[in-house]
Amino acid sequence: MPVPAYSFLMLSGVLFTMGAIGFLLRRNPLVVFMCIELMLNAVNLAFAAMSRYLNSLDGVVFAFLVITVAAAEVVVGIAIIVQVYRAGRQMDVDELDLMKE
Amino acid sequence: MDALGPLVLLAPLVGFLLLALFGRLLPRPLVGWIGAGAVGLAFVFALAILSQVLGGQTLDQTYFTWWQSGDFFVPFNLYLDPLSTLMILVITGIGFMILVYSIGYMGSDPGFARFFAYMDLFVLSMLLLVMSGNLVWLIIGWAGVGLSSYLLIGFWYERTSAVLAARKAFVMNTIGDVGMVFAAFMIFLNLHVLDYRGLFSRVHLLPKGGTVITVICLLLLVGAVAKSAQLPLHTWLPDAMEGPTPVSALIHAATMVTAGVYLVARMHLLYDWAPAAATTVAVVGGVTAFFAATIGTSQVDIKRILAYSTMSQIGYMFLAVGIGAYAAGMFHFMTHAFFKALLFMAAGNVIHAFHDDQDIRHMGNLRAGLPITFWTFLIGTLSISGFPLFAGFFSKDEIIRAALSAAGSEFWLGILALITAGLTAFYMFRLFLTAFGWEWLAHDERHLHEALPVQTIPVIILAAGAVVAGYIPVAKFLSPVFGHAAEVGAAAFWGLAALSVLVGLIGFFFAYLLYARRPELAVAWRTRIAPLHALVEHKYYIDELYDRVFVRPGFALARFLNDVIETRVIDGAVNGLADFVMVEAREFRLIQTGRVRNYGLVMLGGALGVVLIVAAFLGYLPFRLGG
Repeated sequence: MPVPAYSFLMLSGVLFTMGAIGFLLRRNPLVVFMCIELMLNAVNLAFAAMSRYLNSLDGVVFAFLVITVAAAEVVVGIAIIVQVYRAGRQMDVDELDLMKE
Repeated sequence: MDALGPLVLLAPLVGFLLLALFGRLLPRPLVGWIGAGAVGLAFVFALAILSQVLGGQTLDQTYFTWWQSGDFFVPFNLYLDPLSTLMILVITGIGFMILVYSIGYMGSDPGFARFFAYMDLFVLSMLLLVMSGNLVWLIIGWAGVGLSSYLLIGFWYERTSAVLAARKAFVMNTIGDVGMVFAAFMIFLNLHVLDYRGLFSRVHLLPKGGTVITVICLLLLVGAVAKSAQLPLHTWLPDAMEGPTPVSALIHAATMVTAGVYLVARMHLLYDWAPAAATTVAVVGGVTAFFAATIGTSQVDIKRILAYSTMSQIGYMFLAVGIGAYAAGMFHFMTHAFFKALLFMAAGNVIHAFHDDQDIRHMGNLRAGLPITFWTFLIGTLSISGFPLFAGFFSKDEIIRAALSAAGSEFWLGILALITAGLTAFYMFRLFLTAFGWEWLAHDERHLHEALPVQTIPVIILAAGAVVAGYIPVAKFLSPVFGHAAEVGAAAFWGLAALSVLVGLIGFFFAYLLYARRPELAVAWRTRIAPLHALVEHKYYIDELYDRVFVRPGFALARFLNDVIETRVIDGAVNGLADFVMVEAREFRLIQTGRVRNYGLVMLGGALGVVLIVAAFLGYLPFRLGG
C-alpha cells in the first residue's frame, strides 16, 4: 500500500516544527545545532517526497544541494563551537552575545 | 647617423641614472667625472654627427611608435639637421665645460651626487628638446627642462629664498608649457600631424597670415617667452640666481633660455607663414633687450647683472628670429653661449673668493688675487660688449644690420638694438670696473685665492671660444635650413661696424667716467635722476605689479577656497552626511542583541509571514490578496 504524499509532508512539518522550537528554546550550542540539522532534514524529506509524487528529479537534486550546504555549515559551525569552548567561555548561546551592539 | 642620435641622448641618461641611483655610494671624484664624462661623451657623439652633417647628410629617423590611436600618431623620431646639430654641439660642449667646472665649484657641497644627477638630467632634457622630430617629444623635453631647472634652482632647499625662486620659475614655465600644449592641439586639429616633416610640408595648406596660423605661432611664442625669460614672463630668471653658479651658467648659456630661440628658428616655416606673429616675436625681443639692459645698469648683485644681460642678449636673438634673420639669431646664440658661460663661471670664482658675497661694491682690485679670472672675465666683457674682432661683435652686428636693413617697425627695433648695444657696454664695464677694477686699492692684503685648475681651465677654454667663435661660418653651416643670407656690401658692413663700435665706446666711456675715474659723479647723477633710478633699480616694479595683480589675489582666492568652500561647503556636505548616518545607525544598532535565539525568532516570524502572504495570494486563506 503506497503511503500518500501528504503523510510525508505532515511528518516533514512536524520535524521542522520540532527543530524550530528546539532552536528557539534550547541553550546548548550543540543542541541548537542539531535542531538546525533537523529543520534542514525536514525540508529534505519534503523535497524527496514531492520529487517522487511529481515524478521529477528536481526535488532530489535540491535535497542533495541542501545536504552539501548542511555539511559545509556543520564543519564551520563545529569549528566555531570548539574554539569557543577552548576559549573557556560558557556553553550557552544566550551568554555568547559578543556580536551585540 | 641613425645610431649616433640615440647615443647622444643615452650618454647623459646613463649618467643621470647612475648618479641618481648609486650616487651616494660612489666616491666623490668618480661622481664628478661620471657626471661630466657623460656629457663629454655626448659631445664626442655630437662631433661625429657634425662630421656627417657637414657632409650634407640629415636625419629624420623614427625609432619606435609611442602611441597610435586612430589618426593620432606619435612616433619617437629624431630630427638632425644643421640647426639641431649646432644646438647639440653647444649644449654638450659648453655643458661639458660647465660640468667640469662644477667638480671644483661644488667640491665641498654635501649634495654633490644629487647636483650632478640633476645637471645630467638637465642636459638630457635639453637634448631631447632639440633633437625631437615631433611636437610631443619636444614638449616632453620642454617640460623636462622646466623640471630640472626647478630642481637645480631649489638645489639648496633649506634656503627659503631658493625654494621660492624655484617655485616662481616653475610657475612661469608652466604658463609657457600650457601655451605650447595648446599650440600642439591647434596644429593637430588643423593639420592632423605632429611630426616636423609632416608639419612643414602641410603648413602651406593653411591660409597665409590667417587666424589659425597666427594663433598657433602666438601660442608657441607664449612657450618660448616663458622659457627664454622674455617680457612679460621674465621675472623668474633673476630669481633663478638662487641656484649654484654653475646652474646659472648652464641655464643661461647652454640650456633652457635658448630653447625659445630654437623653437622659433625650428618653426621658422610657420613664422614665415604668419608675419604678424613673427613681428610680435621681434617686438618682444627688441623691447626685452632694451628693457633688461636698463635694469642691468642699476643692479649691484654680480649674478643678477649677468642675468639681466642674458635676458637682453636673448632679446637680441628673438629680435633676429622675429625679423627672419634666423641664422644671425643662432649665430648670436652660439657666441653668447661661450661668453655667458665664461662670465658666469668667472663670476662664480669671484663669489667663492669673497665667501659667497655677491655684491659688486664689496669687491674690487682682483687682478693680483685672481689673475686668471680677471683676464678671462675681461675677455667675456669685451666679447659681450661687441668689442671689434671678438665673437660678440660679429653676431650682434649681424642682428643689428638685419634689423636696420628691414623696412617699417623693424627699423626702429634696430635703432633700439643699437642703443641697447651701448647700454650693454655700459653695464658690463660698470660691473667689470666696480668688481674687478684696480684703481681703488694700492695693494692687496686680502689674500684672495684663485680657483682650482679644474675651474680655471674650462674658463680659459671658453675665453678662447669667446674670442674666436665669431669666425665660425655659422650662417653658411645653417644655409640648408634657412637658405642663403643676402650678401652684405662691404660699405654696409664696415659702416655698421664703425657705428656699433662707436656706440659701444660711448657706453664704455660713461662706465669708465662714472665708475673708475670720478665715482663721485655717479653719486651726483644718481641723485639728480633719483625717480628714474629708483624705477630701474626696482626692475620697473614688475615683480611688485605681479604680486599685486596675480600673486596676492591668487593667495586670497586660495584662502577663500580653503576657509569657506573647503571647510563649509565640501567638508560640511561630507561631514553632514556622515553625521546623519551615524545618528541613524545608533538607533538601528539596538536591534542587534547578539542573542542567536532572538535572531532565530525573527527569522521564523519572517518565514511565516512569507508563507502567509504566498498562501493568501494563492487563495488558501479565508481572505485573498491581489487579483
